[in-house]
Amino acid sequence: MKSKTFATFVGPSIFMMILFIALPLAGVLSQSFYLTQSVYEEVEVETCTPSFTGQICLTEITTLPMLDKEGKKVTKTTFVGLRNYRNVIEFPRVIAAFANKSWQQFMTIDFWKALRFTLTFTLLTLPLVLLFGLLIALTINNAAKSIRGPVIFISLLPMIITPVIGALSIRWLFIGDGILTSFLEWWLVRDIAMFAQAWTIELMMMLYRVWHVAPFAAIVFYAALQTVNQDSLESAIIDGASRWERLRYVIIPHLMPLIVFVTLIHLMDSYRVFEEVIGFSSQSYVISLQWLTYDFLSLDMLGNRSISRASASAMLTMIGIVILLIPVLRGVWMDYKGRRL
Amino acid sequence: MTNVKALRQPLSLRLSSSIFLTFWCVVAAFPIFWITVMSVKLPIDAFNGNPLKVIFGPTTLAQGKGLSILDITIGLTILIITAKLATGWLIRMVGKFSPSGYLWAGWIIGSLTFGLLFVLVFFGLQPSLLNILNDISGILGINIIGFSTEHYSTVWFEKGFFNNFQNSLLVTTGVVTISLTFGTLAGYALSRSSSNLAFWILIIALIFRALPHSVLVTGYLPFFMNSAEILRPLLGDAAPTLYGLPWATIAVLVAINQPFTIWMLRSFFQNIPAELDEAAQVDGCSHFQAFRRVIMPVMWPGVITTGLFSFLLAYNDFLVTSLLLDVQNQTMVPAIARMFNMETTTTDQVVAVAAAVSIVAPLFFLVLFFQRQIVSGLTAGAVKG
Repeated sequence: MKSKTFATFVGPSIFMMILFIALPLAGVLSQSFYLTQSVYEEVEVETCTPSFTGQICLTEITTLPMLDKEGKKVTKTTFVGLRNYRNVIEFPRVIAAFANKSWQQFMTIDFWKALRFTLTFTLLTLPLVLLFGLLIALTINNAAKSIRGPVIFISLLPMIITPVIGALSIRWLFIGDGILTSFLEWWLVRDIAMFAQAWTIELMMMLYRVWHVAPFAAIVFYAALQTVNQDSLESAIIDGASRWERLRYVIIPHLMPLIVFVTLIHLMDSYRVFEEVIGFSSQSYVISLQWLTYDFLSLDMLGNRSISRASASAMLTMIGIVILLIPVLRGVWMDYKGRRL
Repeated sequence: MTNVKALRQPLSLRLSSSIFLTFWCVVAAFPIFWITVMSVKLPIDAFNGNPLKVIFGPTTLAQGKGLSILDITIGLTILIITAKLATGWLIRMVGKFSPSGYLWAGWIIGSLTFGLLFVLVFFGLQPSLLNILNDISGILGINIIGFSTEHYSTVWFEKGFFNNFQNSLLVTTGVVTISLTFGTLAGYALSRSSSNLAFWILIIALIFRALPHSVLVTGYLPFFMNSAEILRPLLGDAAPTLYGLPWATIAVLVAINQPFTIWMLRSFFQNIPAELDEAAQVDGCSHFQAFRRVIMPVMWPGVITTGLFSFLLAYNDFLVTSLLLDVQNQTMVPAIARMFNMETTTTDQVVAVAAAVSIVAPLFFLVLFFQRQIVSGLTAGAVKG
């Protein structure tokens, strides 16, 4: 393909990605070093109250946001270097927590709390998703041909459901005396409140995520199971390999590229964990890195959005995903170079 | 297979395999089934700890809102007939009556007419007919299951969900069309090029795919809020405030979606042999003509599948739409989040449940009709790794 034709074909798409992905990224990077604030001015305000002896007037000096001619708040942007990052990471509090050797105190700092949850979530759901995906794929493959279609249909439902709604539907099963909470209470013969402590909420979030992603892994693995080399399976049987050994030494190696693929996609997606926090309304117990940025961006009680802090936390989030992806990208690069040689 | 006997599985293995599969199907379907059941019950029944009471809804029934055996049989029959017609008769009719080359238009008109007819029969004709039938058919006409659609009417007519639905429709249509147009061109070119540049574009797209969306939104938000002032030197007084505009959000979602679209379409195009366009070029076509005349007619399965996934992304998105759209232009998913955050009474909760079911219903039908395409899409990206 000539490079000119190539450019015309790829052009629009690249243009979109530069305009809406690369430029915003550069914007976030620069915003994170600046701080935009309303300009405040000191105003003398005289308040007078009528009384018997005449008027009692009080003059006091208050600070009010300065307004321009149209009545909008005047803002000023200043270069603050790494201060936004420092405000997000909060080193003094980290050091104080370490000095006290108190994990709990450490976990009161939003950023570290979010980081801890995001990483635990990502790393704990990954093996579960792979395991359940594989189990579902193997059992579908084992089922009669006639029921595979309907089973795949049902399996797809958790995957395509809107994440917020999926999380909500799980929440409604557990909230208050919801059906599953009642069931657990009856089974364990004790009182249970699923939304009263952090760990149960975290558990539900992870269960939800496994429920949501396992079908994807299952379908991918199931498709690959159709292409397992029957000859090598047969020779494995002749060599006396047990069912387990055949799975371990023939089928799993065949699936390996796809296991890597699912791992990659899952790392990307679960690092972005966010909808669960919204769906389970867990922000007072459990938060994630994306939610932290979202929270900075949303209007606070005074009607402000802390864009600068959001930028800093967004940059930190991004550094995290890049670190997580480095091993995978290195693999792709080696593979590419190998193919070229 | 020669070794049939060696491959035969012991009973215990087959048993545990089918038990696990049944368990999985129950787990997969249960939450969705359950919120559907809850949404048609009064709050006391919907949040009852006793599952039987949730299913049969005695309180709802006591208020005279329910379904009789007759209602259920006739309703189910109509649904089954509709499904049969949609998968058989409709396909044949569309194929027969649409002029060649305009099959897509035939599909749009056909499915719209069909949907409208179904709504007329199911929601217009059926209830009045059943009222009469229930009165004269004795025991079969007595209500046995609590059923009330009042929460749905609250959601759709009082809470303005209809408006949100239209916004969702606008945003998803925009995203799907634009991202497919751009993505098809790029995906095709990338599948036919083995240059270093193509490789790097794909790798960068992969990195962009991994970016958390909140990072990008942080970049847009300040610009969108102040865009009227920033763009004034360029556009004069016509400079819009992009915040809250549906088409600005569409552009953002298209861009976010683009890396994924490119990757997926590229793997579909790789399955179309390159000899095809080479042959066309030998016959004197330029590369564009080759694409239009030879590749376009055979690319639709892949494009439709990718379109489904673009649709899902736009439809399911919460983060971007909730931050970049104002209240009038909000799509359904952020709207429901506002709804359950404000929920105070249990009635409000059931109304939120009804809204949730309303959002899930189109997705359910999407899987029903496009299961094959979705599966092929999932595996297409996977096979190439």
